[in-house]
Amino acid sequence: MVTLKELTVEELFTSGHRLCAGCGAGIIARMTLKALRRPTIIVNATGCLEVASTIYPYTSWRTPWVHVAFENAAAVASGIEAAIKALKKRGAWNKEVDIIAFAGDGGTFDIGIQALSGALERGHDFLYICYDNEAYMNTGIQRSGATPHGAATTTSPAGTKIPGKPEFKKDFIGICAAHGIEYAATASPAYWNDYIRKVQRGLAVEGPAVIHVFSPCPLGMRHDSDKSIEIARLAVQTRYWPVYEVENGKYKLNIKVPRPKPIEEFLKLQGRFRHLFKPQFQHEIKRIQEWVDENWKRITELCGEA
Amino acid sequence: MSRVIGLTGDEAAAYAAKQSNVDVVAAYPITPQTIIVETFSEYVFNGEVHAEFICVESEHSAMSACIGASLAGARVFTATASQGLALMHEMLYIASGLRCPIVMAVANRALSAPINIHGDHSDMMGSRDSGWIQIYAENAQEAYDWIIQAFRIAEDHDVLLPVTVNLDGFILSHSLEGVEVQDDEEVSRFVSTRKPLFRVDPDRPITVGALCLTDYYFEVKRQQVEAFDKAFQVIEKVNKEYYELTGREYGTVDVYGVEDSEAAILCLGSTAGTAKAVAKNLRSKGRKVGVIKPWVYRPFPSEDLLEAVKGLKALAVLDRACSFGAPYGALCSDIASILYRNGSDLKIFNGIYGLGGRDITPSDIKVIFDEALEVARTGTVKEPIKFVGVRE
Repeated sequence: MVTLKELTVEELFTSGHRLCAGCGAGIIARMTLKALRRPTIIVNATGCLEVASTIYPYTSWRTPWVHVAFENAAAVASGIEAAIKALKKRGAWNKEVDIIAFAGDGGTFDIGIQALSGALERGHDFLYICYDNEAYMNTGIQRSGATPHGAATTTSPAGTKIPGKPEFKKDFIGICAAHGIEYAATASPAYWNDYIRKVQRGLAVEGPAVIHVFSPCPLGMRHDSDKSIEIARLAVQTRYWPVYEVENGKYKLNIKVPRPKPIEEFLKLQGRFRHLFKPQFQHEIKRIQEWVDENWKRITELCGEA
Repeated sequence: MSRVIGLTGDEAAAYAAKQSNVDVVAAYPITPQTIIVETFSEYVFNGEVHAEFICVESEHSAMSACIGASLAGARVFTATASQGLALMHEMLYIASGLRCPIVMAVANRALSAPINIHGDHSDMMGSRDSGWIQIYAENAQEAYDWIIQAFRIAEDHDVLLPVTVNLDGFILSHSLEGVEVQDDEEVSRFVSTRKPLFRVDPDRPITVGALCLTDYYFEVKRQQVEAFDKAFQVIEKVNKEYYELTGREYGTVDVYGVEDSEAAILCLGSTAGTAKAVAKNLRSKGRKVGVIKPWVYRPFPSEDLLEAVKGLKALAVLDRACSFGAPYGALCSDIASILYRNGSDLKIFNGIYGLGGRDITPSDIKVIFDEALEVARTGTVKEPIKFVGVRE
């Protein structure tokens, strides 16, 4: 594990961006760029991180940075990687670089999953980081394939009959790992040294690697700005967000949670779950707890921990 | 030195890309373009080129990968048709907006529904305003020649716009022709390698694709308009150098027999070949007819076209695509606009033809010439839009 002292003081993701106070994406971007091993090209899908960090004529990025569209960060990264290979062959590119693609959960779980699947299957050498704030926050909090059961969004509101999103979250890392890639991992910004190690590991892999990191969103999850890291920690400590990695198909649990907190601890700090605490919807909290327990059991079994 | 070899239009396109020192090809198969990617794959798998071939999972990703590669400074080629071009639609605007000089062959094919694999121009006309330079080839030779020239035009620092070279699906894409090709060395020297004005280089970090709102977006678009204006000079320069190398002469507009004609047909692509043959026959019988074919459709060569129609009394403009609910097909609307702007009283009518690959025969063309001559004689257009060869 890296220590604080070992981290570079260089800020490649600079202050002055217009992300909200307490935004997970900004914290994740900054930590990611502190984990780099060499010059790195960033590809950014459309989303909060993109719009808030590059309002022309300003930029927060001291690295080469490319935004093309919403659904194609992995395809754009594929093109850059192939171009560098070809340019090297004819002597027009002479340095080693890494490529990182950032995309939110909408750009990854939903509209971007085809482009990502294609890039993973083709084996391009890049690291894909999905910062998951569990809804389309940039367009104003609409549900995505990553939104958890029961969460209220503007397209899965806390109705009088249907209390938030009926469906459960996709197993994103399972999907990535099924491509047979060398490295895939989950992470939480509350466990920064675990995250930085994973970025370093993902970059060192020759071929594609994926990190799925929980990203608190004060605006969309409706929590206080100063609670972001606490919520990111509770996500892990309630076993809602298992932190594990899959290396060449082998699952490994990175953060053990022997005495999990009840899921209410995670839910109650967030306005998106407030309606579930009404008497008529309390059973939904039980359903979420059951999902958490089953998911934890499934993951820990895969990790050989159960 | 040159030699003549037998190539289909698709093979000619792939061969031109092979000789043009392409760095990256990202493409997805679609009829009738598929032969292009198949042929290029053979070059890659046989080690005949240094290019990286990205066998993407969709045309959307094809163009996305092309944009990424182009931003990294690579020379980029791709090919598509019909539904593939439609799926790329979003990315076409981004390729041009980010000023990526990608060259793309489009083997023109009708758009679904109903699904149809044959040639018409509905695919490219649907992406007409996407900010790409658009060139139409009459035969495999022209497809080969224009693709080589397209890299020079696209990558010129005064232009920096993507270019499509269109070849009619099946009629050109799958037909074998004798194509005069240059030596690899000659083409290589002509196109050289790409010298990017900027690229995503860690030594000089840049941000590409930033958010431009009400305060800057309009200026970025205005610069694209300016690049289209500047493209004329660059096209002329490249055509001239290509002529010196090959003896094959190109421009923005191809004309046949219009100097002394009263009536002419104006059309894009392979149909011009049929029209020229019919015109030749009619001219031998003393009928004064000619053919005008814009090689370059965007930027629209208004001046050269006005020059070409000078002296005509009637003009039939043929569109191989429908512009539903519009006063004319797209090409005819453009022609009407420049004639009006120039205060011309040239009589025009529009023929919509060949949708879904419906053949346009020499006798169809002759009927159109007859009608154009009649309009020239009477000065009256009876039918502003004709649907040629359709069962009413």
